[in-house]
Amino acid sequence: MRNSFPAWLYALIVVVILGAGVYAAPNLFPEDPSVQIGNPTTGEIDQNIRELMGTILGAQGVTPHTLEEQDDGQILLRFETTDEQSTAAEILRNALDDNHTVALNMAPATPRWLRAINGQPMALGLDLRGGVHFLMEVDLDAVIGTAMERYSNELRGRLREERISFDTVERGSRDLSVMFESEADREAAEGWLQRQYRDELVWESRGSGDTSRLVATLDDDHLTELRRQALQQNISTLRSRVDELGVAEPIIAQQGENRIVVQLPGVQDTARAKEVLGATATLEFRLVSESGDAQEADETGRAPSGTRLYHERDGTPVLLQRQVMLTGDYITDASSGIAQDTGGPAVFINLDGQGARIFSRVTSDNVGRLMATVFIETTTETVEEDGEQVMRTSRSEEVINVARINEPLGRRFQISGLDSSREARNLALLLRAGALAAPMSIVEERTVGPSLGQENIDRGMQSVVIGFIAVMIFMILYYRVFGVIANVALALNLIFIVSVLSMLQATLTLPGIAGIVLTVGMAVDANVLIFERIREELRNGLSPQAAIASGYDRAFTTIADANVTTLIAALVLFLFGTGPIKGFAITLSIGIIASMFTAIIVTRAIVNLTYGRQRRLNRLAI
Amino acid sequence: MLPHLNFADSNLNFLGKRKYAITVSLILIVISVALLATRGLNFGIDFTGGTLVEVGYPEAVELDPIRETLAAGGFSGAQVQTFGTSRDVLIRLPPSEDDDDPATLSNRVLNVLQDGGPDDPDLRRVEFVGPAVGEELREQGGLAMIYALAGILIYVAVRFEWRFSIGSVLALIHDVVITLGIFSLLQLEFDLGVLAAVLAVIGYSLNDTIVVYDRIRENFRILRKKGTEEVMNIAVNKTLARTIITSTTTLLVLFALAFLGGAALQNFSVALIIGVIVGTYSSIFIAATAALLLGVDRQVLLPVKKEGAEEDQTP
Repeated sequence: MRNSFPAWLYALIVVVILGAGVYAAPNLFPEDPSVQIGNPTTGEIDQNIRELMGTILGAQGVTPHTLEEQDDGQILLRFETTDEQSTAAEILRNALDDNHTVALNMAPATPRWLRAINGQPMALGLDLRGGVHFLMEVDLDAVIGTAMERYSNELRGRLREERISFDTVERGSRDLSVMFESEADREAAEGWLQRQYRDELVWESRGSGDTSRLVATLDDDHLTELRRQALQQNISTLRSRVDELGVAEPIIAQQGENRIVVQLPGVQDTARAKEVLGATATLEFRLVSESGDAQEADETGRAPSGTRLYHERDGTPVLLQRQVMLTGDYITDASSGIAQDTGGPAVFINLDGQGARIFSRVTSDNVGRLMATVFIETTTETVEEDGEQVMRTSRSEEVINVARINEPLGRRFQISGLDSSREARNLALLLRAGALAAPMSIVEERTVGPSLGQENIDRGMQSVVIGFIAVMIFMILYYRVFGVIANVALALNLIFIVSVLSMLQATLTLPGIAGIVLTVGMAVDANVLIFERIREELRNGLSPQAAIASGYDRAFTTIADANVTTLIAALVLFLFGTGPIKGFAITLSIGIIASMFTAIIVTRAIVNLTYGRQRRLNRLAI
Repeated sequence: MLPHLNFADSNLNFLGKRKYAITVSLILIVISVALLATRGLNFGIDFTGGTLVEVGYPEAVELDPIRETLAAGGFSGAQVQTFGTSRDVLIRLPPSEDDDDPATLSNRVLNVLQDGGPDDPDLRRVEFVGPAVGEELREQGGLAMIYALAGILIYVAVRFEWRFSIGSVLALIHDVVITLGIFSLLQLEFDLGVLAAVLAVIGYSLNDTIVVYDRIRENFRILRKKGTEEVMNIAVNKTLARTIITSTTTLLVLFALAFLGGAALQNFSVALIIGVIVGTYSSIFIAATAALLLGVDRQVLLPVKKEGAEEDQTP
C-alpha cells in the first residue's frame, strides 16, 4: 500500500502556500514616517503649492526621500526619521493656508509590485499604534424640536402670505399649534394646511372653550427620514472637522441606530479633539429691533411681539427681531485673522451664491440699521433623571457683535467682537466644517498613548514567538519526524492568518494577537488527534502505510466536529462583540479554518512525500 | 525525546469513580455560585461605566502623593494603583452622577497630575465608558454566552443526539461557572477581554468534549459486546493522551501570554488558563459521566446513525 495525493492536489497546495506567502509579505516591510498633505475643498494640490513645499523644506534641510501622489489627490512625503517628519509637518502647517490639511502618518513602505496586486500590510488597531476611539451618541429627538422651530417660523410667513386669518403659532417641544379666532377660521385653514404639509405633518383639531386650534405633529415616516438625515449630516460634519484636525486615515462610521464611531489614529491631544468634535456652533444674523426697550424687557422677562431678548457678552440686554436675516447654513468658508478696523481677532466669512443673494437683499433694504451677530453654541450632557440616563441639550445664544450696516453686504465680509484669537480660530473651523444637525455626546472613549501602543506590539509579538517556539520544541520532542511536519504546518498556519488578515484589511488588535497565540496552541490539536490515531493503529498491528491512511481518515470527522463547534463560539463572539472582542474572534476563526487546511492536507502531503513512496516502510518516527 | 503517553491500552476506571467526580464538581459549583452570589464579580469599567486613566512616570513613584494631588484637585473618589510596573499608575474613577461633562474627566485628571503631581507623567491610556454603554455591554455579554450555548446545543443535537448535546452544555456550564467562581474568589477584574476569554473557554472545552463523545459513538459501533459504562471508559482512555497533549501545548502558549504579554493581557490569559484546566478535567471526568447519567447507550445512538458499512472495516 502506498500513500499519495494526485499531482493536481500537490500543485494546488503549492499555489495556495505561495499565494499566502505573497500576501503576507507586505507585513515584512518597515513603515516610513511621513507627512500627508491634502486639500479637502478642491481635492487636489496645486502645482505651485508643490513647488512651494519643495522650496521651503529644502531651505530648512528636511527633504523628503520620496514624494507620492495618492489616489485621493493627497500628497505623501516620506522621511527617514520621525524627527524630520515632525519638523517638516511643523514647517508646512505654518506655511500652508487654512485650506490645506497636514497630517502625520506612518506609511507602509510596501514595494510597488506588491501594491499593484493589492498587497497591503495588516491594519493595526488603535491599541497597537496609539490614538483615540470615540463612540458618540446623537440626540436624535432634538431633530423634532428643530423641525418644529422651522415649521412654526415658516407657517407664520406662509399663512400671512396666503391671507389665511389666524391668531398665533405656538411651538411646543414635540408639536406646534396654530390658534384661530373662530371655528370658521380654523375650518378655512385646515384644508390648505393638510394639502401643503401632506407627508410631513399630521394635523388634529382641538377646540376648547372660545379658542380653536390645530395641533400638528410630525408624520412618522417623515420623522424617520429627518432622523436619518440628521445622522448622515452629523457624520459628514464630523468628517470635515476631522479633516480640519489633520488626521491620517480616520474612521468615522455609523454604529447602530444613533451612534457614530470616530477613530483617530495617532491623535494625542484628546482635549482638543473632544472640543472640536462635540462642539456645535453656528452664527445667525438678526436686525436689532428699533422699537421696545431692552432694559425693560430684561427686567420683566417679556419681549415685545416680533422681537426676542438676547444678551451681549458683557451682559447688556439687546432686543433683536424674531425674523432671522441669515443663518450659518449658507457659509461656504471661514478663516480667522485680524480685523482691519479694530485690530482684534476676527473671522472672515464667505457665503454661497444663494446666501450672498439673500444677504445682499436684506442688508440693502436695511442700510443704516444695526445688525447683530448671534453666536449659538449647543452642548449636550448626560444627566440622571428619575433613575434614567437622559441626554439634555442646552443652547446658549450670545450676541458677539452689533454693527451698523453701512453698505449692502455680499459674498464676503468680516465679523469681529471675539474674545481671543483661539476663539476666532475655533469658530472659523466650526463654520467651515458645518453645523451638527443634532447634538451629540461622547459615551465611550478609548485612548492609547504611542508608548503603550509600541509596547503592546513588542510584548504581543514576543509572546507569540516564545509560545510558538515552546510548542515547536514540545512537538519535536514528542512526535519526532511527525513533530517536525506538524511544526511546518503550524508555521504555515501563522502565515495564512497574517495573509488573510492583510487581504481582508482586518484590523489587528492586542486581543487579535491573543487570538493568534491561542490558535497556535489549538492548531496543533488536529495533528495531535491524527498522530495519536496513527500510533494507536500501529499498536493494533497495522502496517505503517495503512496506519497513516487510517489515522488521517478516522481523525477527520472528530477534527471537523470539534472545529465547527469552536467556530460557532467564535462566530457568536464576532456577532455580539464590540471592537476588541471582534478582533479576537476574527483571528481565532481564521486560525481554526486555516488549521484545517494546514494540519490535515498540508501535513498529509508532506507525510505522503516523505513516507508514501517507500514500499518497505517498517517503522515510523512518530 | 519524551516518553509516550499511552493510555490506549490502560483501563483507568474514570466512570467507576463518577461518584467522586460528581461530588467534587458539585462542591466546586456550589462554592462558585455562593461566591458569585455574595462577593460577585469585580466588574471592570467596561461593564460598570466610569473612567480609567493610565499614566506612565519616568521613574518609580509613590502612590500616596498621587492620591493627595488627586484629592486636592477634587477627585477624591479616585482609586489609585500601580499597573504592571511601579512606574505605571492606574487611576479609576467611578461613574459620577453630578459631573456635567464626564467625557472630559480624563483630561482634567491628567491636567491635575501634570500640574501638581510628583513628576510629569505621560498619558498611556484612557478608557471612558458611559453608564448606558456599560449596561449594554453587560447585556450583550450575557446574550453572547446564551447564543453560543444555544448554537452548540443545536449543532451537537444534529451531529450526535440530544442527550450528548445536553451533556456537552452541562460540561460547559460547569467550566464557565467554576472559572467565574475563581475570578470571584480572587476578585480579579472582569472586563471585556475576560469575557472573550470565557467564551473562548466555551469553544475550547467543547472541542475536548466533542472528541470524547466522538470516540464514544465510534466505540458503540465497534465494541458490540461491551456494556455502556465500559465502552465509555475505553473512549475516555483512548482519547486521554490527546486530551493531555493538547492541553499542554495550549497551556504552554497561555503561560507565554500571561508572563510576557504585559499587564493588559494578564487577566485574559489567567481566565483562559483556569478555563483550560477546568475544561480538561471536565472532558475527562464529567462529559462522559453526564452522557451516561442522561441515559446514552447503544440503543439511543445507533438507530440514529445508519452507517453500518463502517463497522465491517474494523480491524
